[in-house]
Amino acid sequence: MAGSGNNHLRENTDDTLLRVENLVVEFPSGRRNKVHAVSDISFDIMEGETLGIVGESGCGKSTTAKAIIQLPKPTAGKVEYQGTNLTELDKEGMRQQRPSIQMIYQDPISSLNPRRTVFNIVNEGTRVWSTEHGAAQEQKVDEMIEAVGLDPREAKTRRPHEYSGGQCQRISVARALVLDPKVIICDEPVSSLDVSVQARILNMLQDMKEEYKLTLLFISHDLSVVKNVSDRVAVMYLGKICEIGDGDLIYEKPTHPYTRLLLAAIPDPKNKHKDITDILEGELPSPLNPPSGCRFRTRCPRATEKCAAEEPEFRQIGNDDHWVACHFPHIEGDDLGPNDEISWPPDPQK
Amino acid sequence: MSHETETPSTLLKLDDYRVGFRTERGLAKAVDGVSYELNSGKTLAIVGESGSGKTVLNRGIMGLLGSNINESGSVKFQGEELVNTNRQKFWGKKMAMIFQDPMTSLNPVMKVGKQVSEPLRLHQGMSRKEARHRTVELFTLVGIPEPSQRFDEYPHQLSGGMRQRVMISIALAIEPDLLIADEPTTSLDVTVQKYILDLLVEVQKESNMAMTIITHDLGVARGRADEILVMYGGRVMEHAPAETLFNEMAHPYTSALLSSIPKLDDPKHTRLTPIEGFPPDIVDGPDGCKFAARCQYAQENCLSELPDTTVKGDHSYACFYPIGTDEGAKAFASNAERGHTAAGLKIRAKEEVI
Ligand SMILES: Nc1ncnc2c1ncn2[C@@H]1O[C@H](COP(=O)(O)OP(=O)(O)OP(=O)(O)O)[C@@H](O)[C@H]1O
Ligand SMILES: Nc1ncnc2c1ncn2[C@@H]1O[C@H](COP(=O)(O)OP(=O)(O)OP(=O)(O)O)[C@@H](O)[C@H]1O
Ligand code: SF4
Ligand SMILES: [Mg+2]
Ligand SMILES: [Mg+2]
Repeated sequence: MAGSGNNHLRENTDDTLLRVENLVVEFPSGRRNKVHAVSDISFDIMEGETLGIVGESGCGKSTTAKAIIQLPKPTAGKVEYQGTNLTELDKEGMRQQRPSIQMIYQDPISSLNPRRTVFNIVNEGTRVWSTEHGAAQEQKVDEMIEAVGLDPREAKTRRPHEYSGGQCQRISVARALVLDPKVIICDEPVSSLDVSVQARILNMLQDMKEEYKLTLLFISHDLSVVKNVSDRVAVMYLGKICEIGDGDLIYEKPTHPYTRLLLAAIPDPKNKHKDITDILEGELPSPLNPPSGCRFRTRCPRATEKCAAEEPEFRQIGNDDHWVACHFPHIEGDDLGPNDEISWPPDPQK
Repeated sequence: MSHETETPSTLLKLDDYRVGFRTERGLAKAVDGVSYELNSGKTLAIVGESGSGKTVLNRGIMGLLGSNINESGSVKFQGEELVNTNRQKFWGKKMAMIFQDPMTSLNPVMKVGKQVSEPLRLHQGMSRKEARHRTVELFTLVGIPEPSQRFDEYPHQLSGGMRQRVMISIALAIEPDLLIADEPTTSLDVTVQKYILDLLVEVQKESNMAMTIITHDLGVARGRADEILVMYGGRVMEHAPAETLFNEMAHPYTSALLSSIPKLDDPKHTRLTPIEGFPPDIVDGPDGCKFAARCQYAQENCLSELPDTTVKGDHSYACFYPIGTDEGAKAFASNAERGHTAAGLKIRAKEEVI
């Protein structure tokens, strides 16, 4: 496997709000195969902290997010929320935890009930979960709808299909925020928003973080957005975490070959990593039959036999909050990196 | 907008195109007088506020809005007038659209492979076997791993980005004369995004296809489009070749939009600067410039008169006080002096322009 070991986990204290250990999620595929969507990943999030997750499409980000709220229950591993292992809870136990863990789903339009008015959609959760009632609660719903930039009066009669894509996304944000959750798991919460509305929502999340110690797991393909909102960032590839740590460090000095390629591809004329010319090519690996050793090796410009034989363990870079799972990371003063030309193409032998 | 005479390569030409939804409160004018031209082989990016009418504009062009609308103005496609006609005969080979939310446009109870191969059989007369073969080829092309296995899976079994690539492969299968892609890469990581956009450009070169890309990613718009159209409140605010828009932007809305982007160089948690206020009501909107209430340059006449479109070569914009002109500089200075705009909006420090 690629990226093993739990060296990068911090001490489990009262401040640890969410701690995911050795999470595995597999889906059956066809009669005999299975999709290794998430393979043995671990991370922790402190109260009031934001962990950003980035990574290749299909690498298991949404699956990780959903596994936290037990949809579906993971194949193996632990999801500890404020000291409770959620994987051991029954339906009722999980129901009690749900108001404080909210999720914003990736597909904004299809995750909203098309037959209900937008007001009712946002109100839905409060009716089930909230302690407030009647006018006070309705006012809160209105305020939240307004806070995401929509007109609360219109929300009373209009249904999701009468709104634009970005407006639907804001409805899901409002629906999650109105319940005063402790954690919000955001799967691409701003992908359909124009940059101005996006800025407004990101500022709002930041305010809630400062005011109520809101904790966030934030998945996005927009690397500038992830950098802005996150304290720490995890980079995923094919069901594994390959680099994790302080966001500014990872963006400043990416060390995993995949992280470097990812940052190099950001379409921004001022991107300072754009000169990294290693090309991401090679055989596209399959989550049905992931490569042995390091999962990135089939496309990695630095791969050697060792990468096929052994899965790299997380190692710390200096004394920083910066961890990488790679045999040959790009670390200054570290001359472990083999000559790229000699090692390419990697040995396809397993 | 440039109103040149139609050359043979003009594929699409809009003139004062309008779409209104009939609602309880009255007509919701989602597209309110849009004009532009698009030539074969060219790419137009449409950017703008959420709710500014980008999707409605393009669904309108395609004739995909149902009957509860009022449509007026002109949309000419290959010389033929489309407004208030049935456009079904153009769907497929002539024009195709990749929709914004793949989950709602893919059929949830139909295998994804079938959703691509059916149109191939229908439009290109392939046999079942040929169509399956071609579909697997297309899945490989757009980078869906284990393509033949995926053929028999349902949309919910795919990741968001794979679903989006299924949609893209449908469009590639057809190679239409006009491809409209509504946020085609929002669920893709930047490496796959780059690959897919390269792929679209390749297909475009081969088939001389024209493309409209609706996107919120201004980096993509700048890097991939020949021209950029900036929309706000159902209208075109600015329209220019991509580099011109960034280097010589004239419209205060364009500038405000750009300054709200998080910058890669900024440290984490840098406070962002959204545009203050809210977009205009599209049922009962303002008389003057649609952006006036939120504009740092707004003067009294902006609130009552609709600015004409100024055309300077291939650059056009609708503003009384454009950036980079004396009028613009004066307007901003006078607002800065009184501390607020004609609409009462507080002036903040000069916007940083990228
Ligand atoms: N319900 C399911 N049944 C079978 N396979 C699934 C299911 N859900 C996800 N998968 C598979 O698990 C893998 C990971 O998918 P996931 O949706 O977590 O990716 P992602 O990182 O969120 O990607 P994206 O950025 O494209 O949204 C993919 O190969 C996907 O096809
Ligand atoms: N069926 C409908 N009935 C009434 N109003 C509608 C309908 N569909 C869209 N609208 C309104 O028309 C306006 C334009 O919507 P459109 O979907 O074109 O926005 P957009 O620019 O694509 O936004 P986004 O970037 O959020 O997708 C919005 O204010 C929306 O609420
Ligand atoms: S060098 Fe080896 S371990 Fe590091 S990313 Fe490449 S293949 Fe994986
Ligand atoms: Mg996902
Ligand atoms: Mg849209």
